[in-house]
Amino acid sequence: MKLSELRQGQRATVVRVGGNGAFRRRLLEMGFLRGTDIYVEKYAPLRDPIELILKGYHVSLRVEEAAHVEIENPRIGGRP
Amino acid sequence: MADKSITVALAGNPNSGKSTIFSNLTGSRQKIGNWPGVTVEKKEGHLSAYGYDLTIVDLPGTYSLTAYTVEEIVARNFILDEQPDVVVDVIDASNLERNLYLATQLRELDTKVVFVLNMADMIEQRGLKIDGEKLSELLDVPVIFTVGNANKGTQKLLSAIVSIAETGSKVPPVRRVHYGKDVEQCIDEVAQIIDEEMPDRPYTDVRWVAIKLLEDDKVIKDRLKHIDDSVAEVVLEAVAARRERLRGLFDDEPEIVMTDYRYGFVAGVVKEVVKTISEHRADMSRRMDEGLTNRLLGIPVFVFFIWAMFQITFTVGAYPMDWIEVGVGWLSGQVSRLLPSGIFEGLIVDGIIAGVGSVAVFFPNILILFFCIAIFEDTGYMARAAFLMDKVMHLIGLHGKSFIPMLMGFGCNVPAIMATRTLESHKDRVLTILINPLMSCSARLPVYILLAGAFFGAKAGNVIFSVYFLGIVLAILMGRLFRSTLLRGEVAPFVMELPPYRVPMLRSLLIHMWDRAKVFLKKMGGVILIGSVVVWVLSSYPKTVTYSVDYEARIDQLRSRYALLMKRVSGTPREVLQQERDKRIAALEARKASETVEKSYMGRIGKGLAPVLEPIGIDWRGTVAVLSGFVAKEIVVSTMGVLYAVGGDEQKKTTALKSALRKSGMTPLSAYAMMAFILIYVPCLATVAVIRRETNSWKWAFFSMGYSTALAWVVAFVIFQGGQLLGFG
Repeated sequence: MKLSELRQGQRATVVRVGGNGAFRRRLLEMGFLRGTDIYVEKYAPLRDPIELILKGYHVSLRVEEAAHVEIENPRIGGRP
Repeated sequence: MADKSITVALAGNPNSGKSTIFSNLTGSRQKIGNWPGVTVEKKEGHLSAYGYDLTIVDLPGTYSLTAYTVEEIVARNFILDEQPDVVVDVIDASNLERNLYLATQLRELDTKVVFVLNMADMIEQRGLKIDGEKLSELLDVPVIFTVGNANKGTQKLLSAIVSIAETGSKVPPVRRVHYGKDVEQCIDEVAQIIDEEMPDRPYTDVRWVAIKLLEDDKVIKDRLKHIDDSVAEVVLEAVAARRERLRGLFDDEPEIVMTDYRYGFVAGVVKEVVKTISEHRADMSRRMDEGLTNRLLGIPVFVFFIWAMFQITFTVGAYPMDWIEVGVGWLSGQVSRLLPSGIFEGLIVDGIIAGVGSVAVFFPNILILFFCIAIFEDTGYMARAAFLMDKVMHLIGLHGKSFIPMLMGFGCNVPAIMATRTLESHKDRVLTILINPLMSCSARLPVYILLAGAFFGAKAGNVIFSVYFLGIVLAILMGRLFRSTLLRGEVAPFVMELPPYRVPMLRSLLIHMWDRAKVFLKKMGGVILIGSVVVWVLSSYPKTVTYSVDYEARIDQLRSRYALLMKRVSGTPREVLQQERDKRIAALEARKASETVEKSYMGRIGKGLAPVLEPIGIDWRGTVAVLSGFVAKEIVVSTMGVLYAVGGDEQKKTTALKSALRKSGMTPLSAYAMMAFILIYVPCLATVAVIRRETNSWKWAFFSMGYSTALAWVVAFVIFQGGQLLGFG
């Protein structure tokens, strides 16, 4: 499943980050690692980008970029 | 302690409060420049403490020390090449895990490091407790807690810097990331090869070079090749084999595997030093964002903030603007009185004072605009603005952060282009800068008002709006074109941190505002000065013009004739005569001024270039006006005033100019083509100068001038010729 398929208020666990080298590396450096919990805080008013919470901080990602992040175990709630 | 001076580099993540720590250390004694060869801002400050002269260098904020962004390369090269005595890593204590990632990379470098856990007051608020001693022990570095906004811990930090600088030897990096058996084996092998093949390499730390090579680090690879091409080939071949081996083992790129190990190491450290003491969290920031980035309210609130910014800029700014205008007028009056009238007086008053004065009036606006931008930045709202607008800007191939500079362009392109400094990617910056002049600045408005008012009557408002709209459409088209040709490459990923909101410190707001305003004053002053002198020379020389009519004689003739007539009458008829005389003299003087310009170098150039602009419906007078507009767009109006020989006070002049324009053979169609041309063609001198400065290249400055003029001609041609074919005009 892709991170971009999650809805506001959902949470999931990162499996793998795809995309090109520089993008992947950047995301990993920002903490998008296998096993990391990600919470979808909200979508921007124009439905793009997405605001996420991981490792205790807020970060935004475009929907098309979030599509490169593979996730598992999507679940509701657990608002951090 | 030989030279008693210490160089300190400040490193840290963006939003870690690094610049606050920097100003706490250095006060206002700081120097702002650019890093050599790139347009990344370099801040440097000095202070004396404990008998040392300390030089503090603020490195660009980065999340990592890989070689993907200019900022990272700049920061890393400074540590490698300049070898600062101490590197201070500013860490956002409330966001320890991600901040420690950079810290582990700094620890891998062969340098002395001090950790600053900044925003220590936030730790408790977030229900956490950090064991500083444990952290210091685990990573073998001094750890200092600070609260940047309250200037707490600065003295402790200073003494830690000095004491670590004094311990002669570098702290051995005993505690560092362990990359697991397989990667470590590759590191050792590569390190050994480097050690054998390159005994006199510039880096002492072979392990670090080996790690970077295994991560496929371009900068380090190039440096090795630069030292010795053939040896580097041997080393790189060995590295490639190891990378292949690791790829086979982990089924992923080695650099990704190593990032994973670093985070694993960080997670271990965090587990040991951070204790959660309370589940209850006060998260003000998040609550504020419930409104500020709300699906329904977010954009209206943003529009309101922008509206408020422009209101304040132009309404509050109007007062000091008037004072400066009055001051400039007073100054030129005084100077004309003091200097004997002649060439020198003309140069000073009409050339320098008028030219520089026309730009100086914008200074208050620029100060206020930058103050507002500093508030947006320091509170953390700028990241939200980018979050809200990214979708729109992405259509042009731009980043959300480009929105504010584009919007500021409607006010004045100079501060707008300076505001692109908030963009991290160089390509995004250049692209934003190139299309920014298509946002019709306020100086172009008087030209539209004149032309639309003369030819479109009641429809003028709609016509002017359509010109602005044309600019926006062209910006979108050109943005997409440049993105897919000259500035190809992906749009920078929108991996953007949304930092917690913070109350800005007035001192830091003022410093931010002044740093940028100072640049405007200095650089613009220089270029504008030279440009104004050149235009003045071109439009007032040659002095020895043979006029078609002897205006002076005609004026004298008029005077004596009216003197005779006026002698015979008194009272009202006499006043009527006097007015009639003045009117006729003014008309003659205006015709003379017009002929002076026509026969000046500027006029000759205009006439020479007129055939080029003829196909788009601009005659030689329009050409001269357009040329003079290079100094500042609003000058177009006053030049046309001179060329169409209209006299009288301001109010009458405008009416007279409008009717003169209508009689000159211009049609609504050619007026519209001219408006389009004025909108698009070469940016004004100050804008070109700021493009040169902000892109750090004459190439982009000339490109901007060239492309905009060519585009202006093509668009105006299509409007004028197309319109004629369709039977308009």
